[in-house]
Amino acid sequence: MNSEDFLLGEGILKGLKETARNALGSFVSEERLTTVQYPEQRIPTAENARVFPFLVYDGSDWQAGLRCVACQICEKECPPKCIYIEKSKDKKPDHVGKMQIYPAKFDIDVSVCMSCQICVEVCPFEAIKMDTQFELATADRFGGLLLDREQLAKSNEYYHQIHPTEASEVDARLAAEKAAAEAKAKAAAAAAAAKAAAPAAPKPAAPAATAPPTEKIPASPTAEKEGDAR
Amino acid sequence: MGALDTKADAMEAWNRPPVITPEGEGELLELSMGPHHPSTHGVFRMDVTLDGERVLKLKPVFGYLHRNHEKIAEGAAYLASMPYTDRLDYFCSLTNNWAYALAVEKLVGQAVPERAEYIRVILAELTRVQNHASAIGFLIQEMGASGTPLMYAFREREKILDLFESLTGSRMMCNYMRFGGCRVDVSEAWLQATRKVVGELPKFVDEFEELLTGNEILMARTQGVGVLKPDLAVNASITGPMLRASGVNYDIRKVDHYGIYDRFQFRVPLGDHGDIYDRYMVRVLEMRESIGILEQALKEVPGGPVMDPKAKIRGFRPKPGEAYGRIEAPKGELGFYLISRGGAEPYRYRVRPPSLINLTVLEDMCLGHNVADVVLIFGSVDIVLGEVDR
Repeated sequence: MNSEDFLLGEGILKGLKETARNALGSFVSEERLTTVQYPEQRIPTAENARVFPFLVYDGSDWQAGLRCVACQICEKECPPKCIYIEKSKDKKPDHVGKMQIYPAKFDIDVSVCMSCQICVEVCPFEAIKMDTQFELATADRFGGLLLDREQLAKSNEYYHQIHPTEASEVDARLAAEKAAAEAKAKAAAAAAAAKAAAPAAPKPAAPAATAPPTEKIPASPTAEKEGDAR
Repeated sequence: MGALDTKADAMEAWNRPPVITPEGEGELLELSMGPHHPSTHGVFRMDVTLDGERVLKLKPVFGYLHRNHEKIAEGAAYLASMPYTDRLDYFCSLTNNWAYALAVEKLVGQAVPERAEYIRVILAELTRVQNHASAIGFLIQEMGASGTPLMYAFREREKILDLFESLTGSRMMCNYMRFGGCRVDVSEAWLQATRKVVGELPKFVDEFEELLTGNEILMARTQGVGVLKPDLAVNASITGPMLRASGVNYDIRKVDHYGIYDRFQFRVPLGDHGDIYDRYMVRVLEMRESIGILEQALKEVPGGPVMDPKAKIRGFRPKPGEAYGRIEAPKGELGFYLISRGGAEPYRYRVRPPSLINLTVLEDMCLGHNVADVVLIFGSVDIVLGEVDR
């Protein structure tokens, strides 16, 4: 450093000027106030924000409306393996009226979950989505962070509330699926009726017209197709 | 280091333990800096041997944050490692994503749509800007300027992280790139917001430079300190701003032309002396070049899909083979080496982390300097312990 070339301390003064401009500027312009007083003031979360997963249900009864069919794809794909699912023994109808099994047990250990959203990406039934609720502190380290299916179940209205754009897209997709399924069922019923009218056919293609077997969901053609399309 | 005429000379010089003889009569002091030291950016320990204030020996101790990343990845599906790469260098999760996606895409010969390439470049350069800004902030913090430059850097970084959050859903753990594109499409509103943020960035860099570049204290503390000679830098496979500050022109964006970097006009800033001040200046200039790339890329984002429709997420099984994908991450060359044996999991998964390899020359840079300078030299390497230990 050669002190003859410039005034020693000039750079420091220039820097101080910058600091002063910033400090005083915060009194003048609102834009310079970059922080908020957190518990009282809150910045709204981004629409895409994700924290931990939850299960979506349609209608008002969470047990009847749960979209999850316990196919266990998310359990398999979850990188830290924080999902635990037990299949039910009996079946209940899903959104298109198909008889499906449901999760008798669905636990997510949010102390292990790393909010990666891979479960959401691989789910072919739009059943698991990401929540934006982040204030989850609890005094109970083990039980308090192990959420069961009742704690995880949130209504479709709630989903619309936190991710409006995404939820509308999902609803449109599900409605299209349902319409397609209904049309198919109708066509199948018509075909079955036609076949029944003809006395020559002893056994119509009834298994295809009614619900296909649901035990092997990951291998079922619709599940595979939807999973791959994503 | 002397003249390295032959390979044997070079090897001899390389293997020779650096020796600095103590002065005077005093006793030597062995000091353990870290693993919980405010200056170590995490859990990292330096065993320093001191003669008064002078460093005679320095032994870096790694491994406090080892989390078995590579072995976990070898037992998990290819996609399942993507969120783990976020946690390597948690300042630049998007470049980590890109490097891993690039390696897998090379392995399976997957093409990436045009629009996704542009989004990747935009996100990578935003990551570079925020990484360099905070790296400089931390460097100055370690010099004792507690707060001001770091907070200015973080104020700017916050705007960029907000962009990341509104696109990917998370501020730091983005988990955004996929093999064959990106997870979600960007909206026009997001591009507009990005243009706005990028438009304000030059003002921020000007302000940052006004605050720091001419500062006499910064110059006195950093010029001529922690010099890294180019031959040692090359021999030790140093990459990134550290290498370029030593005057070696090597930027993987220029060398490899990965992605679509050959479409953009940008220069590679080079240092002259290889000291801390040069590393600081190289980072400032790189921020300016990144802003230039961002402006070019944001002008012409093409339409189309962001994900190759043929790419599959589930049931992903690459053919047997191996691939090494590398990118110019903000800290240096970040590479992923994968061997596939045809299964759903990689047979071998290896990360080439810039932070760890840049840290190996720490002793050579620190010898003969004061303890206070060790903190500065360490800061100028710009590491993240999540990537050093993996």
